[in-house]
Amino acid sequence: MSAAKNINITLKIWRQKNAKAKGQIETYKLDNVSTASSFLEMLDQLNEQLINEKKEPVAFDHDCREGICGMCSLYINGRAHGPDTGTTTCQLHMRKFNDGDTIYIEPWRSKAFPVVKDLVVDRSAFDRIQQAGGFVSVNTSGRTIDANAIPVPKHDADRAFEAAACIGCGACVATCKNGSAMLFVGAKVSQYALLPQGKVEATQRVLNMVRQMDEEGFGNCTNTGACEVECPKGISLENIARMNREYLKASLK
Amino acid sequence: MKLDSKIPEGPIAEKWTNHKNHLKLVAPNNRPKIDVIVVGTGLAGASAAASLGEMGYNVKAFCFQDSPRRAHSIAAQGGINAAKNYQNDGDSTYRLFYDTIKGGDYRAREANVHRLAEVSANIIDQCVAQGVPFAREYGGMLDNRSFGGTQVQRTFYAAGQTGQQLLLGAYSALSRQVGLGRVQMFNRHEMLDLVKVDGKARGIIARNLITGELERHSAHAVIIASGGYGNVYFLSTNAMGSNVTAAWKVHKRGALFSNPCFVQIHPTCIPVHGVNQSKLTLMSESLRNSGRIWVPKKKEDAEAIRAGKLKPTQLKEEDRDYFLERRYPAFGNLVPRDVASRAAKERCDEGFGIEANDTNEGVYLDFSTEIQNKGRQAAYAQGNHNPSAEEVTKLGKKWLEEKYGNLFAMYEKITDENPYETPMKIYPAVHYTMGGVWVDYNLQSSIPGCFVAGEANFSDHGANRLGASALMQGLADGYFVLPYTVSNYLADEIRTGKISTDSPEFAEAEDSVRASINKFLGNNGSKSVDHFHKRLGLIMWNKVGMARNEKGLKEAIAEIAALKDEFYKEVYVPGSADELNPELEKALRVADFMDLGQLMAMDALQRNESCGGHFREEYQDAEGETLRDDDNFAFVSAWEYMGYDISKEMLHKEELKYEFIKIAARNYK
Repeated sequence: MSAAKNINITLKIWRQKNAKAKGQIETYKLDNVSTASSFLEMLDQLNEQLINEKKEPVAFDHDCREGICGMCSLYINGRAHGPDTGTTTCQLHMRKFNDGDTIYIEPWRSKAFPVVKDLVVDRSAFDRIQQAGGFVSVNTSGRTIDANAIPVPKHDADRAFEAAACIGCGACVATCKNGSAMLFVGAKVSQYALLPQGKVEATQRVLNMVRQMDEEGFGNCTNTGACEVECPKGISLENIARMNREYLKASLK
Repeated sequence: MKLDSKIPEGPIAEKWTNHKNHLKLVAPNNRPKIDVIVVGTGLAGASAAASLGEMGYNVKAFCFQDSPRRAHSIAAQGGINAAKNYQNDGDSTYRLFYDTIKGGDYRAREANVHRLAEVSANIIDQCVAQGVPFAREYGGMLDNRSFGGTQVQRTFYAAGQTGQQLLLGAYSALSRQVGLGRVQMFNRHEMLDLVKVDGKARGIIARNLITGELERHSAHAVIIASGGYGNVYFLSTNAMGSNVTAAWKVHKRGALFSNPCFVQIHPTCIPVHGVNQSKLTLMSESLRNSGRIWVPKKKEDAEAIRAGKLKPTQLKEEDRDYFLERRYPAFGNLVPRDVASRAAKERCDEGFGIEANDTNEGVYLDFSTEIQNKGRQAAYAQGNHNPSAEEVTKLGKKWLEEKYGNLFAMYEKITDENPYETPMKIYPAVHYTMGGVWVDYNLQSSIPGCFVAGEANFSDHGANRLGASALMQGLADGYFVLPYTVSNYLADEIRTGKISTDSPEFAEAEDSVRASINKFLGNNGSKSVDHFHKRLGLIMWNKVGMARNEKGLKEAIAEIAALKDEFYKEVYVPGSADELNPELEKALRVADFMDLGQLMAMDALQRNESCGGHFREEYQDAEGETLRDDDNFAFVSAWEYMGYDISKEMLHKEELKYEFIKIAARNYK
């Protein structure tokens, strides 16, 4: 383990009072940041400093701080979730930065994700896409068939799991020049398309989810692949291809 | 106050079925006339909201996160238990029931735990039907693994992300109901009070966290599924936003709070790195299937490791102390969490810790033996009966990656060390709280119409929860218990009609919430909320943590009471009430943690015995094992709120009767 040391940094952070206000970049100096700290612990340290100066702390979304809840976001030095690959902002550590660095921090920027305040955005469009079809219509009776009654090939189960590992953070949308949500929607469509339990409603599901995605104002996919690069969970572009096949099949029915 | 647990009569295996058969029903045509509020959208809340919505009730669900999918159940890693006996290793409903009672050190209610074991198999069926992608074997059947405190393989899993997959399953069921208009979802809302009318729970006051507006929501029943209170320690494996506020407000309105001192300290978490640490990260218990826990046998080796002069991989096998295997040969590295945590603390207190931080607190979790074993197996499976050492190591690492890849990657990100090459460093951390709001067999609190589910209630895990049982309980409560018991309560409400939010009770509750918000914002203090939260956490960890004694607990009670006064005088909360204000949110939560922390110390002080996660130094045997006192402490403590001064809370007791399991010393040797 490289021993932790302290670094001094300059932060350029997007500040915006509320959804209607005009925002701007503000500059902050922050000293003695341990390289063992996470990026969000660095922001905690900044906020502690601001509070002690009786200034308003920076609002940012975060919760689990272990890379699974999908609540944290942030555009860091022009990249969704910062410079590390396969990493959420909460799992990014300050050892990836150097003494004297200037770090730019902005919110997700996408038409479908309006800024709420500072670095906080509204991602409820994702929930509405799920509500349109991201489920299997089975009631919670507890009287379904035995879990082992339908064998699922391990390969299919593993692919379904990989697609289902999406944390819904929105990095794919934020990083896409078109603001497309195809990776997010493709992952959910794929999870169910790969499992026998999801096949029954496959046609309606993909049509409904894609319709809602379009209504929310997300852009189209032009296959730049930026989403796959920035996805902290490594969700594959294959999922978009699979969704397109599912959509075509459904449209022809 | 007489506590009526409402445990049904009859043999243990028939109680739930008989009870269900006699519960009152609400006819489908009446359900749309009835409103139900669900606070929290983790496994318990999301599954309850989805199930009640499906049944036809009008459901309003609340979460403080930006989406119900973010609730902290999502972070559960290892798995979910179910008595399926797919592995043919002797599992049964009775075994799961027995293991859970024993694991809880005989401080849980028999009837509740048996019901949990009964419905466990349904949970797996339900989740698979919903499209939850559990791990499977090559034949297409579901895979299982072992967890602590058991000798069977009954844990279902999805890599190290089981909680995520189960929560997304419940979220999908919830989303379906939202889409159908049967559940109304309130994201970024926090419940700040319970409203009682004529003694019954009739609604809540919630703050819209974006606009700051205080909203009145009425209902015929309120379900609290807001999780546990581990963040009272500041540092825990809980999410940053996890809090006790909803549960505590219910307590302040008259619901009893049970066993607050029963806290689970999880043995395998990444050690603390420094003063700006904001939370601790768990390394799943499932790793103890494959990892062996050790410290050096000699103190000088531990010192050399801490000084960076010696690497753990250089230490010879005979110089390592696999202390769990040494002390508990029958269960080895898979002893329950409380036992494993205390054993690690004991070694570190004796000077054998290996972490170079302020406290030297850390032990190794080593995968090298498993790499060799699984590598050899994998080589054989490929028809290679004479593999080279390199081939074995490579295949072994591949096997580990498939099983635990995401955990190993997370460990490396946080510590900058590669656990495939060098053992993980781990240390116990606060993880789960067994205590919670007192509920009867129907999961109803002492306030009629107020139900409490999941980690927020106290009911199923006694003094120590077994691994992979929290997910089981959350879904059992939400999918398979509350739909029956809440309907039973609501059967008497079909003539009530819509409940007005214009009553004096709603006005009083809203006013009191507004007053507490204004008090914080108008305070002339100078210190941040975190400043006080960290100080509270230190008192809790040092004096109400893994080892407790009378002196420390009395000190903690006085110190927390003083800290609370100082907090109200000195805290500075920036911003205003009518905007997104995370500091205000934190201040309101920490205020409740202050109260609860003091009550936890009081509860630990009155419990003059050691049991499960509650270890009183005065009550241990010659080998340092817990000494329970079943004659005097086989009861559930249930505290009644008496006002600002927490030391005035009144203790009630629900006696625990063991009719079907013989109460015995808990032995994992």
